[in-house]
Amino acid sequence: MRNHNKIRCFEQSVLPHLNAAYNLARWLTRNDLDAEDVVQESYLRAFKFFEGFRGTDSRPWLLAIVRNTYYTMMQQHRVSELETPFDEELHSPELDNCDPEAMLLQSISTRMLHDAMEELPLEYREVFVLRELEGLSYKEIATIAAIPLGTVMSRLARARKRLQSSLSQHMSKES
Amino acid sequence: MNCHEVHNLIDGYIDDELDLVSNLDIEQHLQTCPACERLYHNRQALRTLVHTSPLSYKAPAHLRKHVRSSLLKASQPRPPLRKTAFVLLGVAAVLLIGLITTWSILKNVSAPSVDESLTQAVLASHIRSLMVNHLVDVRSTDQHTVKPWFDGKLDYSPVVVDLTQQGYPLVGGRLDYLDNRPVAALVYQHETHVINLFTWPAASTSADSQVTTVTRQGYHIMTWTQAGMVYWAVSDIEEDKLQTFVQLLRQQIS
Repeated sequence: MRNHNKIRCFEQSVLPHLNAAYNLARWLTRNDLDAEDVVQESYLRAFKFFEGFRGTDSRPWLLAIVRNTYYTMMQQHRVSELETPFDEELHSPELDNCDPEAMLLQSISTRMLHDAMEELPLEYREVFVLRELEGLSYKEIATIAAIPLGTVMSRLARARKRLQSSLSQHMSKES
Repeated sequence: MNCHEVHNLIDGYIDDELDLVSNLDIEQHLQTCPACERLYHNRQALRTLVHTSPLSYKAPAHLRKHVRSSLLKASQPRPPLRKTAFVLLGVAAVLLIGLITTWSILKNVSAPSVDESLTQAVLASHIRSLMVNHLVDVRSTDQHTVKPWFDGKLDYSPVVVDLTQQGYPLVGGRLDYLDNRPVAALVYQHETHVINLFTWPAASTSADSQVTTVTRQGYHIMTWTQAGMVYWAVSDIEEDKLQTFVQLLRQQIS
């Protein structure tokens, strides 16, 4: 009976965040099948630890589990994403002096933006997705990614800089 | 605030994550510095672009199904360790009952190893079925006639086994009332003796158990749990013959 209640409670409070869980998993893994595996495993873990959950909003809690599950699975499968070098110096000079209106007017395709986001290093990508697609606060992101608030901001800044420069590069190639 | 500081804080400003003082400082700076203002507009443009583009993935429909079914599986925690412990506990209980029975036979007293009131009820049912003219409701030696007869009369379907070849022909079936519920009574015959076999579903947690034998007023009563059902066999035949009957039955059921 206790189990029955637990699963009902869980389905009501955690299952509705399936899309958010999948969205994060999909952006982390960058492919459908791995994302599904991560989500399945995450939900099992979340169910296991559900009794320990004391908050009111289960979405950030679930997303933290998704992220941890992804990292665990990645280590198990020896995917080398974590070793992606942070070629900070390599990226092109800041293109903040290009005309922002022009950027929009020239209508960057969603595909272009999508690809630019996928090319972001994992550490920037996850913070960017949590902020811009999931709308989480810096504090929530700091908890999920286990980093200080200041690091959330600096990673977001770098992610945005990179996106801007890679979009500008794409556009200058096309024009 | 100088340009360098604004560069460092512009994302926090855009995300509305700065304190009031910093916000005001940046606003002031932006009004006087075209370079930083451009930076700010660039960030805003990117943000608008991201927020207006369909970039979020939606979980495929089958994933929701998979997640739910794996949750259901996970919510039935039957770890093998617990199961083994349960079986061991059952074995220990049976051994203990055996010990007590042996001990009480040696002491020449009857052992209360089974539910005494239920034993008496089973025995009373057996005797009543012989006294009044109500041994069977459905008279048939055919298990395929007796079994369907219970359909709609009980909320379960009793296992009806044919033991004619082995010298225990089926006489028929009867509806009885035991353990606060309607139960199936199957009537078998051996020579001129009648065997009443009562059966009903066990409590969901009951594991299979060995046969327990008690003797009351010259009748032998054997009870056990098997495949989720409780069985009580009662007769006045010799104990070893009832034992054979029970053994044959148990083999057929499993």
